[in-house]
Amino acid sequence: MNKLQEAVKDQLRDDLPEFSPGDTLSIGVRVVEGGKERLQIFKGVVISKSGGGVEETFTVRKISGGIGVERIFPLHSPMINSIKVDRKGKVRRAKLHYLRGLTGKATRITEKR
Amino acid sequence: MKGLIAKKLGMSQIFDENGSVIPVTILQAGPCCITQVKTIDNDGYDAVQIAYGDKKEKNTNKPLKGHFKKAGVTPKRFLAEFDIVTGFDYEMGQVFNASIFKQGDLVKVTGASKGRGFSGVMKRHGFAGGPKTHGQREHPRSAGSIGQASDPSRVFKGVKMPGQYGNKKMTVENLKVVKIDTENNHIFVKGAVPGSNNGMVIVNK
Repeated sequence: MNKLQEAVKDQLRDDLPEFSPGDTLSIGVRVVEGGKERLQIFKGVVISKSGGGVEETFTVRKISGGIGVERIFPLHSPMINSIKVDRKGKVRRAKLHYLRGLTGKATRITEKR
Repeated sequence: MKGLIAKKLGMSQIFDENGSVIPVTILQAGPCCITQVKTIDNDGYDAVQIAYGDKKEKNTNKPLKGHFKKAGVTPKRFLAEFDIVTGFDYEMGQVFNASIFKQGDLVKVTGASKGRGFSGVMKRHGFAGGPKTHGQREHPRSAGSIGQASDPSRVFKGVKMPGQYGNKKMTVENLKVVKIDTENNHIFVKGAVPGSNNGMVIVNK
């Protein structure tokens, strides 16, 4: 660990579970509206992870009302309350951008056993 | 103390209390020690000279060795002068560290920008260059016209041309100090500062 990584070590979170692209997650996102805070669940498939250390992010894709929605989360963000791995997916690549071109049955990912 | 000599460790990011990401540059500020106090009577102006970064004694020349010995400190790599704070009692060898800054301060960071050598006009001045196709030869990165014809029969001063780009003293003002780590003497400033990682910069309040 170099000096730069050491300097931001206190920003890292270790309370979140491990997951990889292809997994289905339920993410509890803290939302502040008008001074009040509530929890919003964002459920979808992880299609990519990028960066390292405190700068690591992951992209989650879901279909909402027939429209594809992707959200990029900083992994160590304090706005993430919890991450639950609902399903482990069996995929053969690190970036699942091909899911963007597919709909319905074709987007299924087999479960890892 | 009005400022310190610091080493740029590099850029990273931290989260604020609202959960938003702040891009920060982490600077290793100090410990710096005083090597000379200049006074109006002796030198014609008031200033304080500080030193930062250790270096081997065998790499220090004799005049500098004497200079550091006078202040009672080990040989240092970098020296810089700062204005004095009136009423403050400066002593030789006195040590300052990152705690002279506090969260929320606006600072000014001076350093030498990254050297890019002899660069063309596209990199140096952001010119568009010429066309690549349609029968062009030796045009894609050229500057184009540099002036008029027989009147004035010369190139005006200050026309943007290729030349040395970078490795020049630059100052970035009003950078906000978002975090201080007094234990390791790290200061976190929001935004970018001149120079490459591990380069020396001067942080002024």
